[in-house]
Amino acid sequence: MIISRRKFMKDTALLCSLSPFAQSALSASAHSDDFLTEARYYEKLPHRKIKCNLCPRHCVIDDQERGYCGVRENRDGIYYTLVHSRPCTAHVDPIEKKPLFHFHPGSLAFSIATVGCNVECKFCQNWQISQIRPEQIDNLELPPEKIVRLAQKSHSRAIAYTYTEPVIFTEYMYDCAICGNENGIKSVMISNGYICETPMRDLVKVLHAVKIDLKAFTEKFYRDLVAGELKPVLDTLVLLKEMNVWTEIVYLIIPTHNDSPNELKDMCRWIVRNLGADVPIHFTRFYPQYRMKNLPPTPVSTLVNARKIALEAGLNYAYVGNIPGHPGESTMCPNCNEVLIRRAGYSIIENNMVDTKCPKCDTLIAGVWK
Amino acid sequence: MAGSAACLPTMHISGEKTISSASRIVNARHENVRNAQGSLNSDAVYSLLNRAMENFFETSSAQRIWGRLFKPADTVGIKINCLAGKGISTSHEVVDAIIENLLECGISKDRIIVWDRANVDLEKAGYHVKTSTRNVRYFGTDHVGYSRRLYESGQIGSFLSNILVKECTAIINVPILKDHGIVGITNALKNFFGAIHNPNKYHSHLGDPYIADVNVLSEIRNKTRLTVCDALTCQYEGGPPFMPQWTWHYNGIIVGRDMVALDTLGWKIIEDKRKENGLASLKEAGREPTYIHTAADPLHSLGIHDLSKIDLISV
Repeated sequence: MIISRRKFMKDTALLCSLSPFAQSALSASAHSDDFLTEARYYEKLPHRKIKCNLCPRHCVIDDQERGYCGVRENRDGIYYTLVHSRPCTAHVDPIEKKPLFHFHPGSLAFSIATVGCNVECKFCQNWQISQIRPEQIDNLELPPEKIVRLAQKSHSRAIAYTYTEPVIFTEYMYDCAICGNENGIKSVMISNGYICETPMRDLVKVLHAVKIDLKAFTEKFYRDLVAGELKPVLDTLVLLKEMNVWTEIVYLIIPTHNDSPNELKDMCRWIVRNLGADVPIHFTRFYPQYRMKNLPPTPVSTLVNARKIALEAGLNYAYVGNIPGHPGESTMCPNCNEVLIRRAGYSIIENNMVDTKCPKCDTLIAGVWK
Repeated sequence: MAGSAACLPTMHISGEKTISSASRIVNARHENVRNAQGSLNSDAVYSLLNRAMENFFETSSAQRIWGRLFKPADTVGIKINCLAGKGISTSHEVVDAIIENLLECGISKDRIIVWDRANVDLEKAGYHVKTSTRNVRYFGTDHVGYSRRLYESGQIGSFLSNILVKECTAIINVPILKDHGIVGITNALKNFFGAIHNPNKYHSHLGDPYIADVNVLSEIRNKTRLTVCDALTCQYEGGPPFMPQWTWHYNGIIVGRDMVALDTLGWKIIEDKRKENGLASLKEAGREPTYIHTAADPLHSLGIHDLSKIDLISV
């Protein structure tokens, strides 16, 4: 659907004003318990302890304490999420910003996040909201029904759970997705994939696409720079394939840490072998952030080379990202190399696809187009 | 490996003996701190605290010591631990005794702040939030927020409480001694997790090296002039929440400036009590507080963790 810039601005003006991204200091304000919701995926242990089974950390949490994510709290032996219906930010973004290139290109995604994350990437771009606790920022109050209404009002095709780590607000995401499904709004999860199998299986039933940040292909990188593990993320990717939900992968290339050609080859071969050749992969450019300010941005040549490695490994769709205007942002036919969707940044410059096929050679292009 | 105490500032008290042994700690205990019903007696707690101070500084005048430690121009923050509510939080009697000494040595009421992470935590432990500068103030970091600067040290990156960064020129660390279900024990070093915005990120791997890393931060290291460990009521299992079945009246106040030494003694006290009650050692329970060793390593140099090298005075 094409909407006028004027209408778009009018409909989304409220959202822009609600964004706390501009807030530079932590307010440490008391948080409301109005939306306190019992968490799913935990088990009760003796002496009012609980064990969280949402993510592979399996935090064992004493009474009055929180899990690693900082947004789930044990109160007298009952585990609660503190962020249900309490997003810290809401924006209307192009779906290409997620990035999802093979999912309704050119559409809008009503994008929300709560504070918190279940890892701590030293290079996090949104660390001001991912690495804090709910009471340390002014949050919005947007229950699922309101999220869906705002998505409709902004002419968004989907709700995107993004910016921080939606795994940690899984109850809210699930409830929004259900409500969206009932009202013709799809849901996409932009995630690190560090989640246990049961909650992921439940989510896939209500989601329409997932983008996974595969941060590296070594456990060392995950241990040293992410405070997480690679294996569970790979397991999640295989599960997504098995459950047939549309999946794209982003790989942020950080100079000297995860940019070796051998690592990239190993990863691409693994993807082809385990997920198939049609999973799009986006090699995105690193910029110095958070606790990794001592490195330069990724050289463009590294990204171009990574894309070449992916194509040579047999992947059909490989992109470069965070370099607006680069030819590697465009979708090409894997059979005849025809440019199908030409992009510049998050904008679609031209879309030559005919239904779901290449106009030149009639090859079926993988994705969710309708 | 025992750490070096050379990095700890030597304390020069004019007219008194110089305390050059930075690893000195005084463990003062007395049963008369409680009445027959088991409640704490304020006067007895005050006396016990000052007896510990006199022994630490080898003087017969505790008031003189307080006056040398803190100047009227100081704003003194008393960092308590009150996350577990009334059952096992820093005692009001210990806090009151410290305040009384500060007032006696010329610190005005408006320059004393009793603080922890959040107002609600203070209230749960029975402390009334007071923010008027006409009185001693009691409030949590949520009242003033966190620093704009991200402080980095080793593995940690955190915003610090503005009470620590902006309000106070000096800190008295007043932890309680108890078992901790993840990191082994919580006492002096761990108490400063209450000054960072993201403690949830740093409990993994037994809090090691995170707890040591936090305490290396200059704002903590340079401003903390004294630690008064409230060991009147301790807990040897089931912490950090209050579990009355595992608390006992140790009736002690432990004073020192070397937080590693204080934690080393605290660890031993907890281990001894666990053994007495037939519980596995913390190591056997999978939560040996290795962060105490790390705090003493050459990289952190926060104090001494070898009991044989700690100048322990028991009174």
